Amino acid sequence: MANVTVLGATGNQMVAEAFRQAAVDVLPAYPITPQTTMVEGYSKFVADGRVHTEYVAVESEHSAMSASIGASAAGARVATATAAQGLVHMYEQLYIASGMRLPIVMANANRALSAPINIHGDHSDVMSARDSGWIILFAETAQEAYDNTLIAFRVAEHADVLLPVMSTLDGFITTHAMERCELMDDETVTSYVGTRTPVNPLINGASASSHGMFASLGGTYFEVKKAQRAAIDASFPYIQEAGDAWENISGRKFEFIETHQCDDADFIMVVLGSSAGNSRVVADELRAQGIKAGVLRIRLYRPFPFKEVAEVLKGAKSIAILDRSDAFGAEYGPVGLDVRSALYNEGIVIPTRNYIYGLGGADVTLDALRQAFAEIQQLADGKLDQSLSYLGTR
Amino acid sequence: MSDLTEIRWHARAGQGAITASKLLAETALFNGKYIQAMPEYGPERTGAPLKAYTRISDAPIEVHNNIVTPSIVVVLDETLLPIVNVAEGLDDNGLILINTTKDVDGIRKELSLPASVNVAVVDASGIAVDTLGRDMPNTPVVGALAHVSKVATVDALKEILVLEFGKKFTQDIIDANLTSVDRAAQEVVCQ
Repeated sequence: MANVTVLGATGNQMVAEAFRQAAVDVLPAYPITPQTTMVEGYSKFVADGRVHTEYVAVESEHSAMSASIGASAAGARVATATAAQGLVHMYEQLYIASGMRLPIVMANANRALSAPINIHGDHSDVMSARDSGWIILFAETAQEAYDNTLIAFRVAEHADVLLPVMSTLDGFITTHAMERCELMDDETVTSYVGTRTPVNPLINGASASSHGMFASLGGTYFEVKKAQRAAIDASFPYIQEAGDAWENISGRKFEFIETHQCDDADFIMVVLGSSAGNSRVVADELRAQGIKAGVLRIRLYRPFPFKEVAEVLKGAKSIAILDRSDAFGAEYGPVGLDVRSALYNEGIVIPTRNYIYGLGGADVTLDALRQAFAEIQQLADGKLDQSLSYLGTR
Repeated sequence: MSDLTEIRWHARAGQGAITASKLLAETALFNGKYIQAMPEYGPERTGAPLKAYTRISDAPIEVHNNIVTPSIVVVLDETLLPIVNVAEGLDDNGLILINTTKDVDGIRKELSLPASVNVAVVDASGIAVDTLGRDMPNTPVVGALAHVSKVATVDALKEILVLEFGKKFTQDIIDANLTSVDRAAQEVVCQ
């Protein structure tokens, strides 16, 4: 019988607990704000003998991912964590992890990228890695950061998936805020996550193998990349299965997208991560005034749930798509581009506006969200165009 | 959401305001509430003004942003009063608790607070020096706040202190903290 402890904990604490309960074999990490307290907490578990993890205090994030790749290829269960400049410092290794089909679980404390230097929360770091072949989850709360991280192990290591998974949580807002959380007992989590059964590990007695070999012209490079896309495209049902299995234990629902008052909504806001609750509060205010507002939150960002997103949005009169990072030179930010692509695929033409918000940890005020909802009502009436704009800038 | 209480803490880095914001939240959690406690991080320099926030509610808390219209403001360092607008956005029927040796009328006049705002004063630094042996006003301030507000109970606070501090401090230190809470609850003046 599952046994739950209610506690006040930060997102970083909860992810460290998830790593501990998953009995990670190897955890190479380099501390960086706002991820620091996560790996600090984990190193304390190691020092206290509560885990038997090989904790590798590497000298950079490039090495953190390199060590993760080596350990994972050898057959170990591997986790790591980073943020911001750390994630982009890993960049070439991210593609090697996914190309070698290594089920590494990495937490990312979503943070702004320099320059100018800024340690606060936005999605610029994770969005830069959105097409690197990793499955990517966004948490809204500390609780969800824990849930997503446990789900990540089960998905990553599934024999029909074998892809790295990034479990992301917003810097400071989720990493450092204490919230009411539920921690499952160790035994239940251990049984849920299971043990890793490595496929063709480097070290396997007489049948030792090599990974990441040369595949040149006339070789198999193109085919490997084609297979890699097929793998991430085919991962949806395994992600849902892992989420459903966790829901059966925890009672907390797992959906690729979470909808709030969207069924009959005229005006829908699309958002990721910790700002979704603010959006729901504003949507509820508008509902009380008779305006049919709704909120669609994306929890699974890669692979992008195109069909589900289009299905929810198809009846709206206009849509506000919120981006906590920019895709410089593109028409919209990353989420804006994906959502529009989802609509186009289904032949749906609905006017949208793309809002860049909360960069560098800028506070996401309810007034700013009210403004976005007000503007998309004007958009639906043809009084505003579909251009990209900003919320809360001076 | 009408039962949501939003608390903003003002202090200087190193006075334990972030710990206080979390201690109050954990106490409320112990009382069966939903909670949020978070710092507003900037460059970390001891002595620099900082803000922290606590939310307490009977229902799950949806919002995740800074608190700009608090119903309670707590000030751990009275030297902030001339340089930070600590009452900014405070609810007209709210409460402001200050660690000071000044009296309620003096504070009300200094901050131009309307009569509808409850003003509470406690010499938490003095109590801390007496009981803990150093000017660490956070625990007695939380004790005073639990006493003058409905957000948490003094009994629950003391239980949490025993649970949390029991993991890392000696019995003498725990006892001194419990005494500081009792004294702050007795000595706080609220009008």
